[in-house]
Amino acid sequence: MLLEIKDLHVKYGNVEVLHGINLEVGEGEIVTILGANGAGKSTTLLAISGLVKASQGEILFEGRPLHKLPAHQVVKARISQSPEGRRVFGTLTVQENINLGAYTITDKEQIARTRKWIYELFPRLDERKHQLAGTLSGGEQQMLAIGRALMSDPKILLLDEPSLGLAPLLVKAIFQTIQEINASGVTVVLVEQNAKAALRLAHRGYVLEVGNIILSGQADDLLTNPEVLDAYLGGS
Amino acid sequence: MGLWSLMEQFFQQLTNGLAVGGIYALIALGYTMVYGVLKLINFAHGDLFTIGAYLGLTLLTSLALNDYVGGFLGLFILAVMVMGLVGIIGILLERTAYRPLRQSPRLSAVVSALGASIFFQNAIMLIYGAKFYVYPQDLLPVVPINIFGLSIPLMRIIILLASVVMMIALYLFVQKTKIGTAIRAAAIDQGAARLMGIDVNFVIMIVFFIGPALGGAAGLMVGVYYGQINFTMGWIYGLKAFTAAILGGIGNIPGAMVGGLLLGVIEALGAAYISIAWKDAIAFFVLILILIVRPTGLLGERVAEKI
Repeated sequence: MLLEIKDLHVKYGNVEVLHGINLEVGEGEIVTILGANGAGKSTTLLAISGLVKASQGEILFEGRPLHKLPAHQVVKARISQSPEGRRVFGTLTVQENINLGAYTITDKEQIARTRKWIYELFPRLDERKHQLAGTLSGGEQQMLAIGRALMSDPKILLLDEPSLGLAPLLVKAIFQTIQEINASGVTVVLVEQNAKAALRLAHRGYVLEVGNIILSGQADDLLTNPEVLDAYLGGS
Repeated sequence: MGLWSLMEQFFQQLTNGLAVGGIYALIALGYTMVYGVLKLINFAHGDLFTIGAYLGLTLLTSLALNDYVGGFLGLFILAVMVMGLVGIIGILLERTAYRPLRQSPRLSAVVSALGASIFFQNAIMLIYGAKFYVYPQDLLPVVPINIFGLSIPLMRIIILLASVVMMIALYLFVQKTKIGTAIRAAAIDQGAARLMGIDVNFVIMIVFFIGPALGGAAGLMVGVYYGQINFTMGWIYGLKAFTAAILGGIGNIPGAMVGGLLLGVIEALGAAYISIAWKDAIAFFVLILILIVRPTGLLGERVAEKI
């Protein structure tokens, strides 16, 4: 397994929001984590990235403990994240945002190569590279957040609600791009509220409910699972 | 009085104001950069400025630098040493007084900053005593420089040039280098910066080196320009520079530069044409005015970026 989460507990102050979850991600997979608001999906991703600390349990990346590393070293270990709400640096230019994504990379040629690839994936970003990121539309900011995360040449890309607030056509385009990114060899962990689209894209899925994993399996099976249908796909 | 002498008085006050304003700007940059990354007003910053003035004097007299290299080169070496030392003190200040309180409510850090200020001021008084010290006045040949028939003291020109060069260097560093971009990113969103692989603690350390280093340089400048220093000097200069930072828009680097220069000029012209006794009052009147009319500062809105 590329990534293994074992019995992960996370607390915010005195409140425990993850009650010991187990999760595995294999190399080359797209794994989706589904669940309602407040289920702990984003917290799981933040714990992997090291932005919140595990109070108990471990996160192993290629067998090595990830939960002991500070956040900036997780990026160096080649796990990057496009966070919830995009969090682009609004008063920096698009290009500056992209370059910051490669903060851990020292090889200038590699940076130029990856940047070229990202501008091919998202031609809109190339057109607007000298604009301030804050002036981009929501969809473009999402592209920027994903592109920026790809600049660090990750083995695993964590995506937190990339479809949030986007028009349906744009969601489709973003999901197609995620497929392309995965096809290029990047493992993807996708947190989504848009369960149907996520399960169609993913190989496997987990369902989180108030800090516990209540279901997991092949994406196709989850798509037809009556429980999932009821709770997340709006009935049949 | 003829027109020429009126003009001459005006330009003398203007250049003097710009020199003092450059000093304010250098101190203001420390306030604004720290505010950018920590959203904290470093109240001990004025005292780091004082430390710069005292260290400059100590190094000058104990190393007898002037006897060996003298002139411009001597001043340059002195400035580099003072900046390095005060920068290191800045890093130590952050480690001991601010980092342990990073997760605490904002007020705790503010109180800690005030405590650090009191500590520094008393430490300087205990080490040097509560008297005024006088800088040696033979650092540079006292030759007035003639510019368009205007005779301006050499030291004033050097102060102005040095502060402008430092400001341009800082601006290029923050805008063009990788670590400079990381400083700007951390000022906008620390969490997102960490997701880029930026070691935010390292960024904060750099900021706490650069800010105090510039403040220390300003202290040295006040020493060589006015010739007299005292352990409480950081209070009034700190307040003035803080005013300059607010005037330009706190958190905004070009704002601190513009705010400092502007405040220096307003103060100098006010002192000349209104009354020298009102010099400080004029500066704080500017602060009150800006807080009422434009609380975001002159550049606070147009460049919303918090550094």
